[in-house]
Amino acid sequence: MGCGTCSGCAGVSEPVLAVEGLRVRFGGVEAVRGASLAVRAGETHCLVGESGCGKSVSARAVMGLLAPNAVRSVGAMRFEGADIAGLNDRAMGKLRGDRIGMIFQEPMTSLNPAYTVGSQMTEVYRRHRGGQQRAAVDRAASLLARVGMANPGLRLGQFPHQLSGGLRQRVMIAMALMCEPRLLIADEPTTALDVTVQAGILRLLAGLQAEMGLALLLITHDLGVVARVAHRVSVMYAGQVVESAPAAELFAAPTHPYTRGLLASVPVPGKVRRDEKLGSIPGTVPRIGPGFVGCGFRDRCAHAMAVCAEAVPLRQAGAGHDYLCQLT
Amino acid sequence: MSAAIELRGVEKRFGGVRAVDGVDLVVPAGGVMGIVGESGCGKSTLARIILGLLPPTAGTVLVEGRPLAELDRRARARLIQPVFQDPYSSLNPRQRIADIVALPLRAQGTVGRAEVAARVAEVLDQVGLPGAMAERYPAELSGGQRQRVAIARALVGRPRIIVCDEPTSALDVSVQAQILNLLAELRAALGLTLVFISHNLAVVEHIATEVAVMYLGRVVEHAEVDALFAHPKHPYTKALLASVLTPEPGLGIPESGLGDAVPDPSNIPGGCRLHPRCPVAEGRCSSVEPFGIRADGRLVECLLAAD
Repeated sequence: MGCGTCSGCAGVSEPVLAVEGLRVRFGGVEAVRGASLAVRAGETHCLVGESGCGKSVSARAVMGLLAPNAVRSVGAMRFEGADIAGLNDRAMGKLRGDRIGMIFQEPMTSLNPAYTVGSQMTEVYRRHRGGQQRAAVDRAASLLARVGMANPGLRLGQFPHQLSGGLRQRVMIAMALMCEPRLLIADEPTTALDVTVQAGILRLLAGLQAEMGLALLLITHDLGVVARVAHRVSVMYAGQVVESAPAAELFAAPTHPYTRGLLASVPVPGKVRRDEKLGSIPGTVPRIGPGFVGCGFRDRCAHAMAVCAEAVPLRQAGAGHDYLCQLT
Repeated sequence: MSAAIELRGVEKRFGGVRAVDGVDLVVPAGGVMGIVGESGCGKSTLARIILGLLPPTAGTVLVEGRPLAELDRRARARLIQPVFQDPYSSLNPRQRIADIVALPLRAQGTVGRAEVAARVAEVLDQVGLPGAMAERYPAELSGGQRQRVAIARALVGRPRIIVCDEPTSALDVSVQAQILNLLAELRAALGLTLVFISHNLAVVEHIATEVAVMYLGRVVEHAEVDALFAHPKHPYTKALLASVLTPEPGLGIPESGLGDAVPDPSNIPGGCRLHPRCPVAEGRCSSVEPFGIRADGRLVECLLAAD
């Protein structure tokens, strides 16, 4: 852990996933507008933002899981050095669940209620790796034990509804690891869980990541989660990555006005006096259609100037710390 | 301070599930009672009992000194109003905002049309919505605007008490801050009493004056907010506070000490109900019930706190 500044990975190795200039449009709505991000081996990269900012759409676009009405274009998209922007559905399907693992927010809806845990876990493995059922069952059992589930043999024979939310999420994690992925994409993996359970799941993810050298792309709206697990953070707003920095630097020196507003609106126990107001961001996220030019945050920004209606420059606030804003 | 709400031995059973299992709690007039706990601890069931939406299986609820069970629906609605979690499902999508907000007044049947319209305009202004919103439908509003509508609807009949069940959990953090600021302002301006139910301890710490921590149907600790957050006494309260992920990098992921077992309200352990998960449990904790134990002037249902 502690990437972003360490010499072991950041800036040295080729990123496991590199996306440049990703755009996704749904009819008249530009959901993602030129987002770029890279995730390295052993690195947890948190993609943070509020509902509708495009963070989940970006992840689905990477996985090739967009709805049929979505139009995707991308400058470059490389996985383990190979171009995956041009892959068809069949080829992407071979990567998904194999070299790219996925974990979604609500394990009850992403597990099939009609099949046992064991049959769902082994299906993934045999589909990608073939082999005997026995080998797949053994692997499933050892992964369930690895994610902290007592009595894996019993769990393999159970149905999702027989498990608590926390255990279901552990099953999802074990299932995502069946084929030894290099990249794990987790979309709000702890949002549906109680705080006491959340900590356990996050510790598990961090431990697995360090042990296996996974590249972890973690999508969340929760800045508490980001602060505790991220090596690198990209903040999305209105379809763009408006700021990206090593985690410690983002929290110590947030630069984009949106990042600053977001951090000010989180109540921190013992930090905000009760008779003081919480910081909040006035207004709501704009709906952005084709042809929109300028900063998507300008209508809510206290620093907005006339020039904010023109193209926005990408500036550097420090090494590896970029932000999209006219302010210097 | 007089009591706005007093719960005496309140229980609620659903078949074999003891959702609320003997709660005694006083909410002082003008205070904000935060109720926290994990899913299944009974906090939402308790909210529904206080609102009169569920009759308790046993025990009494007094509102401003009067038994809730003796009040009819209209009288209850004049005293207490709810704000629920999800503003997407708690507003009728086929009604205009003006009609949604006016409903509690119309249901009283004693207020004239012109007066209703004037009052609706007044509360929309109080919750920070432009008057033109009155003609819109819920689908045209953002999540934060919808929660303002739900708050306006709760306020329109000038109730004394508002029960908020996870009012900001479905909202983004920047919008959550707007709604918390609004609730705090309204409470001060109107002298309201709030019951504020949330799983988010940071939010409760910000808005509450007192906090009740629930575990498997019981209030296991109850104290003034600063005392509770600065010096939690119950092992469960300590674990909950330890689990909060504050946005402070470098602190790592905390260990709650509770293990991975999940509380099951259909199978409540004997003795202290936390003992199978409790990091400091002793032998006697599995047999002796710690009901009603007080320490340092507060309720702490823990045998170890009594020593």
